[in-house]
Amino acid sequence: MEDKVKTQSKFTAKDFASDQEVRWCPGCGDYSILAQVQRSFPDIIEKEKEKVVWISGIGCSSRFPYYMNTYGFHSIHGRAPAIATGVKVANPDLSVWVATGDGDLLSIGGNHFIHACRRNIDLKVLLFNNKIYGLTKGQYSPTSEVGKKTKTSPYGSIDFPFNPISVALGSDSTFIARTIDTNPKHMQIIIKRAADHKGFAFIEIFQNCVIFNDGAFDSFSDKSVRDENLLFLEHNQPMLFGAKKDKGLKLVGTKPVVININEPGNSVNDVLVHNEFDDSPVLSMILSHLSDSPNMPVPIGVFRQIKKTTYDEAVTNQIAEVKKIKGEGDLEKLLFAGSTWEVN
Amino acid sequence: MIVDQISKKQTKKLTEVTVRFAGDSGDGMQLTGSQFSDTTAAVGNDLSTLPDYPAEIRAPLGTLYGVSGFQLHFSSNDIHTPGDRPDVLVAMNPAALKKNISELKKGGIIILNTDSFDARNLKLAHYESNPLEDDSLKGYEFYLVPITSLTIKALEGSKLSVKEVTRCKNFFALGLMYWLYNRPLENTIGWIKDKFKNKTDLAEANLKALKAGYNFGEITELFETRYEVDKAKLPAGTYRSISGNEATALGFLTASVKSKLPLFLGSYPITPASDILQFLSTYKNFGVKTFQAEDEIAGITSAIGASFAGSLALTTTSGPGLALKTEAMGLAVMTELPLVIVNVQRGGPSTGLPTKTEQADLLQALYGRNGEAPIPVIAASTPSDCFNMAFEASRIAVKFMTPVILLTDGYLANGSEPWRIPHTHEIPDLPVNFRTDSEGFHPYLRDENLSRPWTKPGTPGLEHRIGGLEKANITGNVSYDPENHDLMVRLRQQKINNIANDIPELSVDGEKQGEVLVLGWGGTYGSIKEAVMHVRNRGYKVSQAHFRYINPFPKNTSEVLKNFNKILVPEINLGQLSKILKSEFLAPIVSFNKVRGLPLRTSDIEDKILELLGEKK
Repeated sequence: MEDKVKTQSKFTAKDFASDQEVRWCPGCGDYSILAQVQRSFPDIIEKEKEKVVWISGIGCSSRFPYYMNTYGFHSIHGRAPAIATGVKVANPDLSVWVATGDGDLLSIGGNHFIHACRRNIDLKVLLFNNKIYGLTKGQYSPTSEVGKKTKTSPYGSIDFPFNPISVALGSDSTFIARTIDTNPKHMQIIIKRAADHKGFAFIEIFQNCVIFNDGAFDSFSDKSVRDENLLFLEHNQPMLFGAKKDKGLKLVGTKPVVININEPGNSVNDVLVHNEFDDSPVLSMILSHLSDSPNMPVPIGVFRQIKKTTYDEAVTNQIAEVKKIKGEGDLEKLLFAGSTWEVN
Repeated sequence: MIVDQISKKQTKKLTEVTVRFAGDSGDGMQLTGSQFSDTTAAVGNDLSTLPDYPAEIRAPLGTLYGVSGFQLHFSSNDIHTPGDRPDVLVAMNPAALKKNISELKKGGIIILNTDSFDARNLKLAHYESNPLEDDSLKGYEFYLVPITSLTIKALEGSKLSVKEVTRCKNFFALGLMYWLYNRPLENTIGWIKDKFKNKTDLAEANLKALKAGYNFGEITELFETRYEVDKAKLPAGTYRSISGNEATALGFLTASVKSKLPLFLGSYPITPASDILQFLSTYKNFGVKTFQAEDEIAGITSAIGASFAGSLALTTTSGPGLALKTEAMGLAVMTELPLVIVNVQRGGPSTGLPTKTEQADLLQALYGRNGEAPIPVIAASTPSDCFNMAFEASRIAVKFMTPVILLTDGYLANGSEPWRIPHTHEIPDLPVNFRTDSEGFHPYLRDENLSRPWTKPGTPGLEHRIGGLEKANITGNVSYDPENHDLMVRLRQQKINNIANDIPELSVDGEKQGEVLVLGWGGTYGSIKEAVMHVRNRGYKVSQAHFRYINPFPKNTSEVLKNFNKILVPEINLGQLSKILKSEFLAPIVSFNKVRGLPLRTSDIEDKILELLGEKK
């Protein structure tokens, strides 16, 4: 897809909307994700809409395929990456997307997720992270914070949560990004970036659940604070944030610190410059844990993108290679191979 | 001198022999056994084999639980089992003797490697005194052969280490057995040369050991008699020896070629099913895609994805793996996608007996899912029948748009027998038509078989969504409507019931009506067949029928059962088929069950038949 010549798309956002009534709660962040996907898709899929497949597991997010006018498969809890792997390996020509949630991908489906990452199978995975179990009506999830009071943690959750970006980094996903449901433009950019990536692409989307975890992301996404608390990662750009872009991230040893570039002794040159294509995952890992410390901004954007052979490509190449060496398979020959004897 | 010795030896003709090779897990007994089998097949005997090995790869040397065995039964007649009790035991150490002697026929032959009967090995085998010196071997025809030292002597001057030289002793034993049963060495010589073509030292050593063993038989005064088993009268054709797992893999490959569907296998290694994944992964030049998944669940779900995308999709496993795949099987039922699930049954429950055989997953295969989730279940009856049934499973899956469970077992999987190889032109095509026409398309609009259209992503104008939620009839949209659910539950069941019109009837071997019918399913075919033959040879009338199709049963099942006063159902479980037959047909069932992790003994079934016929033992 990287070398694709952009032409006028045959499609508009509407072409990607199915005839099914959308049944998420009013105000749910999922509506924004659906809208941004449908808006970005005409740029991603300019022709041959039939090559798009959306696969999901179980949960609110996993109803997503029903609302896309493409091929879709609403499967079972946690297994979307494995089903999607089968689809992609069987037909590498398809554009295969996964819609999933924090419970689906990181709890019951955790194993499939990390293995899909390491294989670098060419799937695009959108994690709708609302840090709660919504469809089962409000239990803590593997991304819920310690101390969270829910129906199954009435005295506060004692589980340490997963950091989805770190998990993806640790599992060698070749494209890792984060965006947020309240920033439609940013989400569209990230979706298109993921689509352009050849290989496994993982997007964590902070998604507000209005019913069971409303305001989970307010501390950095609310209009009043977002300039101060969100750090937009941009390739080759210094990591600056704040309404006046006067705060910057500096690395002291392996420890990130925030500096004011206008203070004496500081300058923009002290600020880390983001390199999405860094061979080493170390800086991305530091960024993924940035907001573990108080008063640190929450990074959004592309954490890392690297090039690697995709699994589906390797499958196809190996078959071609073996055919070259052994010749096209001949069933009659194979059945009669080895030591045989005649009975008359 | 030598010539004189040879002339003294006499050759005795036998119609059948059962040999068991036994030694440490690292002694190469499986290899020795399979080489003996291949040669025996090539000289034209009918044969059946039973590898019997521990789950531990290399258990501590000399221990009882580390004993690995390989039994084969060969004959100039038609045979069906690896034999109940061996006529001949080759024991490479005291543990092998201790573990196997009780199985040996009275007066049977024992060939012992005397070098291994030292204090340490005797202690490990829990022998209080040396069986070579006390009267343990009384009543047997035993031959004391210092196999290890003879091998070392034969390989004098070899560049190999002492350890490597010692490891050649299995070929010495094999050579000796070739002499004793008058088999040619060529087959194994060819195998050694090919196997060690890049390790000439090893090739040379093994060849020397093999020939030394053969020559030892010829020149020693120990053996006065050698034996001969004539060729069996098998139907004309080209034959090869085949194991159930290889036959399964070839059956699927054939279905892929005949349906022109690319083959996709999603699987996770598990004993005793891993061979199927291993075989299929060598067929890449046929375009076969094998995906070694992260777990059993990914094995089946990736296959479901591949099926959705238009592949002939499979997953292979054994009991514990089938348990893990349960939920996904339900998804395949709901989405009505073709899929074959192979369960190579092993001893259970839980991890159970990984390397042993059993038939105790029948009820799991039939009923082990949430909701009304009917899945066709078929079972192979012999190692080579795995080929036919793998092909059949594929045929049913794509024709009826359904997951199909193929049951084999550890005995079929690892056992081997001569197989008359079919020519590809003798095998029918499996035509598959993908839906491409958008006119009047509905994902759940059924054809005359009640099958829904198979519609691949990538087909323009047919974009649609499927999933695990209940489907509205015809449109396939999500539906929670009570009447629709009732209808869909019935339609899914009816579709599977209709398969009865598409499979062969249950045939009866022997009288169609009578006192006793012996009715089995799956891998017990051979044991039952032989028991029935023995009983008939004694002048009794007894009939046999064998299920290869279990869900649905063949259409005439009820009719067959009605014609017998007693129906004996031997199974390697506590009566799972019996339970179903009783409830579905109210038939006069008598169960015979032994759950030892081994094939049923022919003699046990025979005794039971005679008992039902009113014959006192």
